[in-house]
Amino acid sequence: MLQSEALARAEERGRRVRLGTWLGDGTLGAIAACVLAFLYLPIATLVIFSFNDNRSLTLPLRGFTWRWYETLFANEQLLQAIWNSCYVALSATLLTLVIGLPAAFVLHRLNFPGKAAFRRLILLPLALPGIITGISMLNLFKLLGVNLSLETVIVGHATALVAIVVTQVFARLQRLSRNIEEASADLGARPWQTFLLVTLPNIRSAVIGSALLTFTLSFDEIPVTFFLTGRDNTLPMYIWSTMRRGITPEINAVGTLIVLFSAVLIVLSVVLLRDRRR
Amino acid sequence: MSAAHRPGPLRAAILSLPLVWTLAFLLVPYLIIFTISFYTRKYPTFLPDFQFGNYLIIFEDPQYYQVLWRTAKIALVVALLATLLSYPLAYVLVFKIRSARLRAALYLAVIVPLWVSYLLRAYIWKTILGSEGILNSFLVTLGLLDGPSPLFLYNQFAMVVTLTYIFVPFMVMPIYTALEKIPRSLLEASGDLGVGPLRSFLAITLPLSMPGVIAGVTFTFCLTFGDFVAPLLVGGPDGQMIANVIASQFGATLNWPLGSALSIVMLLVVLAVLSLSARLDRTGRVELA
Repeated sequence: MLQSEALARAEERGRRVRLGTWLGDGTLGAIAACVLAFLYLPIATLVIFSFNDNRSLTLPLRGFTWRWYETLFANEQLLQAIWNSCYVALSATLLTLVIGLPAAFVLHRLNFPGKAAFRRLILLPLALPGIITGISMLNLFKLLGVNLSLETVIVGHATALVAIVVTQVFARLQRLSRNIEEASADLGARPWQTFLLVTLPNIRSAVIGSALLTFTLSFDEIPVTFFLTGRDNTLPMYIWSTMRRGITPEINAVGTLIVLFSAVLIVLSVVLLRDRRR
Repeated sequence: MSAAHRPGPLRAAILSLPLVWTLAFLLVPYLIIFTISFYTRKYPTFLPDFQFGNYLIIFEDPQYYQVLWRTAKIALVVALLATLLSYPLAYVLVFKIRSARLRAALYLAVIVPLWVSYLLRAYIWKTILGSEGILNSFLVTLGLLDGPSPLFLYNQFAMVVTLTYIFVPFMVMPIYTALEKIPRSLLEASGDLGVGPLRSFLAITLPLSMPGVIAGVTFTFCLTFGDFVAPLLVGGPDGQMIANVIASQFGATLNWPLGSALSIVMLLVVLAVLSLSARLDRTGRVELA
C-alpha cells in the first residue's frame, strides 16, 4: 500500500519534471526561432524589394519586375566599380597568401626573440577597427609621397586581412603531424619539394578556405578603402555613395546579387575549412 | 638537424617577408600616428612638436569626451543585447538539436549572414526603419499608427538595432564552440545526482561556456567601438560615434594631429579591452583534467 503510494508520488514528480523540461525546451526553441527570423527577415526584405515594381521601398508590394536588374547592367559606373572590386579583392587575396602562409610557418616552426610581439602585431587587425588600419596607413603613404590608388587599397586590405590566413593555416599546421615531412626529407626530397608535394596538399583546404573568406571580406571592405582609395571606387564605396543620397530598388538588386554571390563563396569555404572526419 | 631544417637564403627571404611586412605596414604606421598625435596643428597642415594638447582637448572639450563615452555605452549595449540573443540560439543548436546534420546546417545558416556584406546589412535597416520604410508602412496598414513615424530611424535606437543585428552571428560562433566543448558526462552526472536542469545549467554549462561569451563580447565591443558605417547610415545627430569624429579630422576638418590622438585613444581602449578579456579568460577558466 505504502509502496504503491510512493510509486505514484514518484511518477507524479516525474511527470511534473517532464512537463517543466518540455515547457523549457519549447520556450528556448521559440527564442532560437525568433533570433533566426531576426537574422533572415531583413535579408528576405532586401531580396523581395529588389523585384518589387515600385520606386520607393514601402508596403504593399506592387508586383514583380526585372527592371532594377536591367538598369544595373546598363550602369557604366557600377560595372567599373565591380571590375575594380574584383581586381582589388583578387590581388589582396593573393598578397595575404604570400604573406600569411610564411607567417603561419614562422609562428608554428621557428623560435626567435620578439615572436610573441610579432604574433600579437600580425593578429591585431582581427579585433582592431578597420578605421585605425586605414588611417595609420594613410599617414604612411602621405609621408612617403605615395599617391592613393587601387594599389594602395590592395596593400591596406592585405594588411588588414592577413590575420585570417595566419589563424586558419596555423590551426591546421598544429594538427598536422611532422612525421610525414620528416619522412619526405629522409627519402631525399629537397625542402621545396617537401613543401609542394607533402605539406601544401595537407593544408590545402585551410588555404583555399581562408582565401575565399579573405576575398569576400576584401570585396566588401569599407573603412580601409575609404581612406586609401584615390579616384577609383570599389563596389561597396560606390554603393555607399549612392545610398547616402537615398534608398533605391537598384541598391536592393545589386545587394541581392552580392548576397547570392557571397553566400555561395562562404558555404564553399566553410565546407573546405571543416575538419574532414576520419 | 636534418638538411631540411637548415635555412637557405631563399628560405630566409620567404620567412622574413611577413616580418618585414608587419613592421612596414603595421608597426611603422602605428608609430607614425603616435608621433603625429603630439604635433601642433597649423591649418591646413601641421608642425612637428611634442606637446599633449591634442590629448588634453579630448578630455576637456565635451564635444570629444561625450562622443567617446556615448560610443563606449553603445558598444556595451550592443555586446550585451547580442549576447542575450545569441546564447539561447547557440544553446538550442548544441543541446537541443539531436541530428548532427541539421545542427551543422543551422549553424551554417547562422554564420552565413556574418559574411554577407556588412554594408548591405546596415543598409537593410535604413530601408526598414525609415519614415517611408517597411516597418512604418506595415504599422500604418495594420492601423497601429495613424501616419508614418520618423522615430525609428536616425537615432541611437536605430544604431543599436543595426549593430546588434550585424554582430549576433559573430557572437553565436564562439559561444557555440564553447558549449560544444562541454563534456556531456558532466551534465549526465549532475542529472544522476538529482540536480535539476536549471541548477545544472547555472553550475556547469554557464561557467564552462564563459570563455565563449567573453570572446564574443570582446570582439563585438571592439568592432562596434570603431564602427563608422552604421552611424553614417542610420545614426542621426545624436548618433555620431568616435570613428566618425576621427574620419572628419582627416577629411573636412583637416586636423590630423587631433585625429591621430583620437585614433591612439581608440587603439588604447581596444588593447585594454583585449588584455582585460585575456585576463578574465585565464582566471575564469575551469581546468577539466
